[in-house]
Amino acid sequence: MSDRQARWIFLGIATSVPLALLAILIFLGKASLPAFERFGFGFFTGTTWDQVNETFGALPVIYGTLVSSLLALLFSAPVSITAALFLTEIAPKKISQTVGFLIEMLAAIPSVVYGLWGIFVLVPFNRDVIEPWLLNHFGSLPVVGALFSGAPFGVGILAAGMILAIMIAPTITSIAREVFRSIPRLEKEAALALGATRFEMIRIAVIKSSKSGLVGAISLGLARALGETMAVTMLIGNRAQITASLFEPGQTMASVLANEYAEAMNPLHVSSLLAVGFTLFIVTLIMNFFTRLLVGKQKGQRP
Amino acid sequence: MIKRTWYRQTLSRIFSFALFIGALCAILPLFLVFGLVIKEGFSGLNLAFFTELPKPVGETGGGLLNGIAGSLFLIAMSGVIGITWGIGAAVGLSEYSPPRALDRLIRISVDLLASTPSIIFGLFVYVVMVLPMKRFSALSGGIALSFVVLPIVARTAEDFLKRVPGSIREAGLALGVPKSTVILKIVLPTARNGILTGIILALSRAVGETAPLLFTAFGNQFWSLSPDQPIAAMPIQIFNYAISPFDEWHKLAWTGALVLVSGVLVTSLFSRWLTAEKR
Repeated sequence: MSDRQARWIFLGIATSVPLALLAILIFLGKASLPAFERFGFGFFTGTTWDQVNETFGALPVIYGTLVSSLLALLFSAPVSITAALFLTEIAPKKISQTVGFLIEMLAAIPSVVYGLWGIFVLVPFNRDVIEPWLLNHFGSLPVVGALFSGAPFGVGILAAGMILAIMIAPTITSIAREVFRSIPRLEKEAALALGATRFEMIRIAVIKSSKSGLVGAISLGLARALGETMAVTMLIGNRAQITASLFEPGQTMASVLANEYAEAMNPLHVSSLLAVGFTLFIVTLIMNFFTRLLVGKQKGQRP
Repeated sequence: MIKRTWYRQTLSRIFSFALFIGALCAILPLFLVFGLVIKEGFSGLNLAFFTELPKPVGETGGGLLNGIAGSLFLIAMSGVIGITWGIGAAVGLSEYSPPRALDRLIRISVDLLASTPSIIFGLFVYVVMVLPMKRFSALSGGIALSFVVLPIVARTAEDFLKRVPGSIREAGLALGVPKSTVILKIVLPTARNGILTGIILALSRAVGETAPLLFTAFGNQFWSLSPDQPIAAMPIQIFNYAISPFDEWHKLAWTGALVLVSGVLVTSLFSRWLTAEKR
């Protein structure tokens, strides 16, 4: 192999990565054309996903994806960010390393294992403890009550949101840690030298200057939640519907794919599923692209 | 004044304690999940689990031999593709510095692939391979998984190639060794441990992936290792058994989860040790 050839080979392999990304876009886009042609923009606004009548509107699955993911953020972001603050600002180095490793382990557990755990632990707990409690305390409130109405089955959007919260915590924590770590030591020490307590130092020097980075951390967590498949499929109950109640079964963009792939024979159904996948791909691409800019900018601030 | 200081200090302590609680909440699920996986899975851990095929419903016993073999087969296949691809891309990026715009494009693409939901890869391979060939196959599963392996290997390999001192390359080049030989015989071996870490991380991620296999490898109740046939895989079996209504299958799912999780745990510790060794 001459040097020239080697150069072309390695550069070629490297260039194939963006080409692969492009190929995924093109092939998924092309395969979802029949669905888009048939339903037009109505594909995104249609509220019925019905295989029998061959009507495919993606709004219920988009709704399920958004609600379960936002729920996950609501549970996960506060815990993850406080954990990251604890690890960077308060914990001694040894503890910080150990806990950091444990959080990495959470990220390494396969999705299907979370699903398994969810089915046998989270769902019964939800059904017997959490959902009845929510129902009793908030179910009769005027507006909010709609969120906590209906029969507590255990499976449903709430369960999916809870398992997602656990699964995206490592993502948010590790990015938030990086963001906090990138804050110049001098700024923290300046605050402490002026007599600030640790809490005041964190408020003045750490949180204030890491806002955009934290937004990035949260949206990377969101992007992860949007595409998470197996655990959600096992817990969400798999019914494409739009309901206010968090106890009701739902369906996400990823879970509808996982559920219906095997039985999809009708070309329009296949194409509609692919169109859902294509949409999911575009959304996560855009989100990841912009949040990387956001986090990158924050990290680049280091003097 | 003193009182105010006392107030501020107390507030700060309460705040620190709240952060501590937050960290505790963040790692609590790990113990809950691990604890139950060990408790439920351990009793099913016997020789039969590794040496027997699954039994039909109603018969006790049986193992996940086909799933274990299938997973290893898929990992080997995705490894061969993904590792070659990833290391090749890393060498291209770090050793042959492409033009600036291309360099940025490649890096962004690697990052974007790393954060793409894995089910998308399954969907892509389904469209380009499974639909035209009209069958689910082990080969398509391996290819779908290689998209999971690629970005992780490419990132870590590039990271560690960059750390190889330039003087080592120059020493080789000064002796008149061709650049490609310098890379293959000097630079890559120097970065070996780091690259190995990336490979281990990537494979341990890939072995637990279920979503990309659903439309590609599909799963198989029986024994098969032919590349053009559907193949069993541990995560798919765990999924199918978990959502089934049968207790014996639930047990197999738990034991499968235990084996999978321990594998991931051991490889993470090992890769950590590998890089720690080097520093």
